[in-house]
Amino acid sequence: MTRALVNVPKTAKRGEVIEIRAMIQHVMETGYREGPNGVMIPRHIIKRFVCKYGGEEIFSAELFPAIAANPFLSFSAVASESGTITFEWTDDKGETQTASADITVT
Amino acid sequence: MTLVEANSTYVACPFSNAVIAGLRELDQQKFGYDRLRGNGIDVVHRKVTAVDTKSRSVRLDDGKQLAYDRLVVAPGIDLRFDAIPGYTEASAEAMPHAWKAGEQTLLLRRQLEAMNDGGVVVMSAPANPFRCPPGPYERASLIAHYLKTHKPRSKLILLDAKDAFSKQKLFEAAWKELYPGMIEWVSLSFGGQVTRVEPATRTFITEFGTHKADVANVIPPQRAAAVAAIAGVADQTGWCPVDPVTFESRLQPGIHVLGDAIIAGGMPKSAFAANSQARVCAAAVVDLLRERTPASPKLINTCYSLVAPDYGISIAGVYQPANGLLTDVPGAGGVSPMEAPKSFRAQEATYADAWFKTITRGVFG
Repeated sequence: MTRALVNVPKTAKRGEVIEIRAMIQHVMETGYREGPNGVMIPRHIIKRFVCKYGGEEIFSAELFPAIAANPFLSFSAVASESGTITFEWTDDKGETQTASADITVT
Repeated sequence: MTLVEANSTYVACPFSNAVIAGLRELDQQKFGYDRLRGNGIDVVHRKVTAVDTKSRSVRLDDGKQLAYDRLVVAPGIDLRFDAIPGYTEASAEAMPHAWKAGEQTLLLRRQLEAMNDGGVVVMSAPANPFRCPPGPYERASLIAHYLKTHKPRSKLILLDAKDAFSKQKLFEAAWKELYPGMIEWVSLSFGGQVTRVEPATRTFITEFGTHKADVANVIPPQRAAAVAAIAGVADQTGWCPVDPVTFESRLQPGIHVLGDAIIAGGMPKSAFAANSQARVCAAAVVDLLRERTPASPKLINTCYSLVAPDYGISIAGVYQPANGLLTDVPGAGGVSPMEAPKSFRAQEATYADAWFKTITRGVFG
């Protein structure tokens, strides 16, 4: 289990544009590097990130080897209703990591 | 030769972390310029207001002009009060930086002394480059030493805009040994980047949370100090590109730049490094005035850090010009060993003390 950090405002006014941030600890190994023993280090990257708001996908991203370790994504959304915002990262081994945060919209 | 220096007293930054922790007095950090007078050196305590590179002259704040054949500037740093929203010059009262030794050093010390046992000290460290790469971690160590001695229920959180720092393994091992559970280092990847501060409540807002401090120490991002801009030697990064053989500015012929203000490649922004650069630059200036070609130099840096009064660690490097920058000489230098008896750490602490005495004696007489 690795560490994921998310930041969502606890409260927002209906219709307000909110900033959402998400960062996961991950090596993002490109697969193009040689280890000290001369053997290529296998690729190990996060491939996909999905953010859902009240169960509906509002943002997703495909990630590639050019993206640095510990990818940090920041994006905007419109606060529409109180609910849970969920985050899911999937790596190229099929492993997933999730996080979530609640928002109260008034 | 004329030395133009705005301040009549120099307050040394090395060892000022020990002043913050109450292990030393600020007076021990102060040096005067009197012994430099004579020896063909005029010392003028004035500010430089303008540099005319065409006529090769410097204007002082009393209106006087000084002509030069070669101008050497050691700007030092300015703290960037435009870098962290909420952190202005005025907020340095509530959240001292103490990154220039003097009143700020004493202010941070007084705030630590006034804090209750069980309080939380929050520090923030900037991304590279900045003055004294191991400095924030030495400071965290010595504050922890003060807390352990006087306020043992207290805690220190160090928010960092980096994922790695100088002498990291040595510092982290020493923290575990000397101050278990007392120092929490929050790296960039764990949300250490400060995006805003609220001085009224001594609050740090990071990308992923907030930290309210009883004592707050903000070490903000930095740039070459104002005189670098006056002389036209700083580029858009805020720092000064120089030739690594002569330290002549890449932007202004005839002006040489030294110390924390320069883009020195592998060489860190330290007092030891600045002093090494000054010696090389002085020799190069003499060569250039005599129309000789300066030889390619080798420069040394050593940085001592105190983790406790009797626990010193060090990093040393040797540098030479390569590809237009100062570059590590492979295989030279090194850091203190990871495994060492207490007597070894104690000895390094005495070396640190001897180094401070030697360099200040060498510079100020």
